[in-house]
Amino acid sequence: MKHDFTVVEELKTKFSALEFVEQTTSDGVPTLWVPKESIVEVLGYLKNEVLKPYRMLYDLGAIDERERKHREGQPISDFTVFYLLMSFERNSDIRLKIALKGEYPTAPSVTRVFQNANWYEREAYDMFGIKFDGHPLLRRILMPLWWEGHPLRKEHPARATEMGPFQMPEDKSIEEQEVYEFKPEHWGLKKSTETTDFMFLNLGPQHPGTHGVLRLVLQLDGEIIVDIVPDIGFHHRGQEKIAERQSWHTYLPYTDRVDYLAGVVNNLAYLMSLEVLGGIEIPERAKVIRVMLCEVFRIYNHLVWLGTFAQDVGQLSPVFYTFTDREKALSIIEAVTGFRMHPGWFRIGGTAADLPKGWETLVRNFLDWMPPRLKEYDKMVMGNRIFKARTVGVGLFNVEEAIEWGITGPNLRACGLEWDLRKRRPFSGYDQFEFDIPIGQNGDCYDRAVVRMEEMRQSLRIIEQCLKNMPEGPYKSSNPLTTPPIKDRTMMDIETLINHFLNVSWGPVMPPGESGVAVETIKGITSYYLISDGSTGAYRNHIRTPSFAHMQMVPFMSRSYTIADLMAILGSLDFVLADVDR
Amino acid sequence: MNEVVRAVIIALGILIVMMTIAASLIWVERRALALWQDRYGPNRVGPFGLAQVLADMVKIFFKEDWIPKFADRKVFVVAPTIIIMTVLMSFAIIPYTREITLVDLNIGLLFFLGMSSLGVYSVVLGGWASNNKYSLLGTLRAAAQMVSYEVFMGLSLMGIVMITGSFSLVDIVEAQRKVWFFIPQIIGFFIFTVAGIAETHRLPFDLPEAESELISGFHSEYSGMKFGMFFVGEYLGITLISGMIVTLFFGGWLGPAFLPPVVWFLLKTFVFILFFVLLRASLPRPRYDQLMSYGWKFLLPLSLLNLIVTGAVLLFMK
Repeated sequence: MKHDFTVVEELKTKFSALEFVEQTTSDGVPTLWVPKESIVEVLGYLKNEVLKPYRMLYDLGAIDERERKHREGQPISDFTVFYLLMSFERNSDIRLKIALKGEYPTAPSVTRVFQNANWYEREAYDMFGIKFDGHPLLRRILMPLWWEGHPLRKEHPARATEMGPFQMPEDKSIEEQEVYEFKPEHWGLKKSTETTDFMFLNLGPQHPGTHGVLRLVLQLDGEIIVDIVPDIGFHHRGQEKIAERQSWHTYLPYTDRVDYLAGVVNNLAYLMSLEVLGGIEIPERAKVIRVMLCEVFRIYNHLVWLGTFAQDVGQLSPVFYTFTDREKALSIIEAVTGFRMHPGWFRIGGTAADLPKGWETLVRNFLDWMPPRLKEYDKMVMGNRIFKARTVGVGLFNVEEAIEWGITGPNLRACGLEWDLRKRRPFSGYDQFEFDIPIGQNGDCYDRAVVRMEEMRQSLRIIEQCLKNMPEGPYKSSNPLTTPPIKDRTMMDIETLINHFLNVSWGPVMPPGESGVAVETIKGITSYYLISDGSTGAYRNHIRTPSFAHMQMVPFMSRSYTIADLMAILGSLDFVLADVDR
Repeated sequence: MNEVVRAVIIALGILIVMMTIAASLIWVERRALALWQDRYGPNRVGPFGLAQVLADMVKIFFKEDWIPKFADRKVFVVAPTIIIMTVLMSFAIIPYTREITLVDLNIGLLFFLGMSSLGVYSVVLGGWASNNKYSLLGTLRAAAQMVSYEVFMGLSLMGIVMITGSFSLVDIVEAQRKVWFFIPQIIGFFIFTVAGIAETHRLPFDLPEAESELISGFHSEYSGMKFGMFFVGEYLGITLISGMIVTLFFGGWLGPAFLPPVVWFLLKTFVFILFFVLLRASLPRPRYDQLMSYGWKFLLPLSLLNLIVTGAVLLFMK
């Protein structure tokens, strides 16, 4: 993937007074250090003025640089905030960084330019203690309000054993309970207007319609939603903190749990960044195996989505039918990987094993089984008049709004923008396959469903091509960073033995560098922004997940609809709380 | 035989049979739903899982009967009994056969409509007394839904009354000796069935409960036997509506002589009960405003049209 570097010149011409520092990263994304006072201006220029603008704030996060050794050529910085913008016209990204100095530094908020920076900045504040000047509501977002410290700072302990025994005396328990009480004025919400008193309805974190531990506080006028305050973080497990103490290899199974319905697709997203960082070339067979399993998981995810979506609008049966199909998909996954939901089966440089004998029959059976079932779902769910009445024209947003909020994946394509990185920036050999990218027109709940239904058919096409054209050859790269390393020559010569020994006991050592490859996963675009400090594990691992962005948009797209519509909207977005909270 | 003793025996008989049917419906529904959803359903307790009914009853009787502190205690306790009482009262006027009829009221149909109106109180009071926002929303929906659909329910039956010239259910069944009313009154049948589903708030019209939106709606706070009463009340309601459909549109106990009349009645009723379960297995739930506009903008004109046409035809035939 070649990124467009002309923008660097454009920036230098426009802001000739500013001093930009260029940084080379392994992923080839143009990376520029910008003086922090000018970041708002530069972002504004890139979003609104530059030719072929960068309209989406794709990612925003922070790095604690205080213990990092390899920072050659980078400005002095204690904390760094980075902004990743995506341009659809250029099909290219740009990464901007600002250097912050001091223990608890302050950065200017960019929410005036990009609305969706809101949650990202809250997260950076929550995790690093960086204050954002001009942010509308800088509160903790993932950690509970009573939390002490900012977890992703290097001095914050990572393990329970480093924190002393846990105690929960009565008064502390009461205090923590009180924190969860919803006070509308804290969120800038009015309790009433001149004509109406609003009702505040606490929906979740335990609610049958929220698909997990999500808490939404609804401001209601009758059954009409005036505003929503999403309260997330109940599913936060500190994935990014864990990454800093795991080795590159042992972190891999954790990625499975980021989007727990996507299984190996998470592995792929992680490995795409990691393999770029290590410069590892993947053999053809491994690529095709990876693609095949990812597409099986795509169908698997969409089946779960379809069943639960239908249930959200009150149709009880489809979930049982789709779970029957899901079991068929799982039979392939089980046979190949030995696991069901969280295989963790891809490896640095390939896969954990070769395909088992007889995998063709399983895949063939699945390919024969699915099409008639999909036809049935078209009739039963998509063609149902009540279903249409519940979903057509509900939860509308257009392409501009979607981009403004950082929406990706099927939800973006349902608005009519054909933007699928499998086609636009082919990775893992997706350019070798024939498939179409389904798009919708209206960007309502129904179109999002239509897009996903069609995606299942396209995935079947891809799987069929994998079945027909599975290349022969090794399933693992011969690169020394491959984990676990190839063993056949281990007992033959001392070099290989040592390499094997170190690689298995410590894990591979990645060269210092930064890489964040955007990968089209099932729910949208995911990227693992990995920073290596020349060690066996990540110095920093920032995970950009699609569901986080989608969740941030929920209040925007639900206003003036009813509670019943909210359930349809939540269902149609296809988020996973683990993917929101990480 | 003494009239009073006879009436008491029939009343007890109906009570026992209906309660048993309602209880076994738990099993029937779970098994039938399972069948349509490609799974087994309860099949472990007793033959075919039949003893599941008993197990469920034992469970529900011994569950902690908890009343929330914030609830309005008295109303909270009374509410679930209302639905059971009103539905059971309605069973009194259904003619199971010519002989097994508890009372042949000359205003039988009006009595049924009246009782089903009273049933709304159960839901409204229960939801109100729970003092819970979800219950409140469920109650609001239930009140609007049930009050509106009563209108169409009443209107849909007036065609039959015109043809028969009587409100007595026995007369209505007798009038179907030649042809069952579902043929001349097909529109009335359709509207009555839809309104019946809405009255018993079953899927697709289960908006007062709407699990994915309102958790359990008006009975969110109920547990133990009080919840059980709402539950059994719902099944009694299904049985009642099915029985009424059969009585009003499908000739009640009438049928070829190779089976006794009461068996005909029960068989027909059972078919409609299964139909109710099938609906639940297949349809999504419309939104509240869609349900209301469907009622007032479609069913109301339709039922009025039905009345006018029926009246015109009757006049013409005279």
